[in-house]
Amino acid sequence: MPIEVNGVSHETDEEGYLVNLADWTRELGEALATEDDCELTDAHWEVINFLREYYEEYQIAPAVRVLTKAIGKRLGKDKGNSKYLYELFPYGPAKQACKYAGLPKPTGCV
Amino acid sequence: MAKKFLFVNRKAPYGTIYALESLEVVLISAAFEQVVSLVFMDDGVYELTRGQKTDAIGMKNFSPTYSALGDYEIKNIYIEKESLEARGLTLDDLQHLVWEDEDDDWAEKDSIHLVSSKELASIMADQEVIITF
Amino acid sequence: MSTLHTINKSPFDRNSLGSCLRVISDSDAILLIEDGIYAATSGTIFSDVVKAAVQSHSVYVLGPDLSARGMKEDGIVEGVNVVDYEGFVDLVTEYDKTNSWL
Repeated sequence: MPIEVNGVSHETDEEGYLVNLADWTRELGEALATEDDCELTDAHWEVINFLREYYEEYQIAPAVRVLTKAIGKRLGKDKGNSKYLYELFPYGPAKQACKYAGLPKPTGCV
Repeated sequence: MAKKFLFVNRKAPYGTIYALESLEVVLISAAFEQVVSLVFMDDGVYELTRGQKTDAIGMKNFSPTYSALGDYEIKNIYIEKESLEARGLTLDDLQHLVWEDEDDDWAEKDSIHLVSSKELASIMADQEVIITF
Repeated sequence: MSTLHTINKSPFDRNSLGSCLRVISDSDAILLIEDGIYAATSGTIFSDVVKAAVQSHSVYVLGPDLSARGMKEDGIVEGVNVVDYEGFVDLVTEYDKTNSWL
């Protein structure tokens, strides 16, 4: 099912992940979140932007354990823990945040 | 229960799908908290060469992903010395891979170990699961 | 009938380059592509084989396959010529037929 932003339609897979990484814009990220009834706050964006930077550097979306540790290093222990990240992204931090970041589902995610 | 996994990489990148498939399985195994070590021998040493640029062959350059192995707690990457020498390569031709020690103020520590075939034999003997690509 | 031989396997993995050199004719040329390009890099245990080959035959290597694998053009055996995709096409038309050693 494609997602439409500003009259432009973007292809997504059966789980709602963007098919073409290059399509992504901040607006599209917001639209993907709205589909899940999730309103993105600055705290969400901090994680989403981190994931995009991680992908840019390593060409992969990190597994949740890796994400948690890396967030802890970058943004501090109060954010680098499962409780904080699951509160932001109840469907699974890596899985859900990657979706809004326009990235593929993390390797090893089922 | 965590087991000691050793992934042996023996193929050059891009010519076949083995190198990329191996990397995927390595990441999945590490994500499931297994104790994962890697070996690069034979043409597998070519997977780690610096400066890979794949635009002109229309394939994804997956070489940057090796730098993320440290984040996946993969701290032991063994390179067979004999394979490097046969190819006129030294460790300087390969990526410098590290892991960060959280308990030591995130100090970067070397993941790459240059080993002889003989040393590799004992490393392999010590594993619970070996998967070769 | 001249032949362009394309080799796409690493010499360390398969012996296609060795087999090709055994049966090659005087008017033939060799083009190293994909994993075959490793044969063109200097300092390997196959460098002498390639050095000998360039004495009697034109040997080419595909540039895009070198750079994909992080191999530099200035690090290849002397006498081996780097070609791009257009050069590849030119070679295919220049020789009467192509033999792809798979």
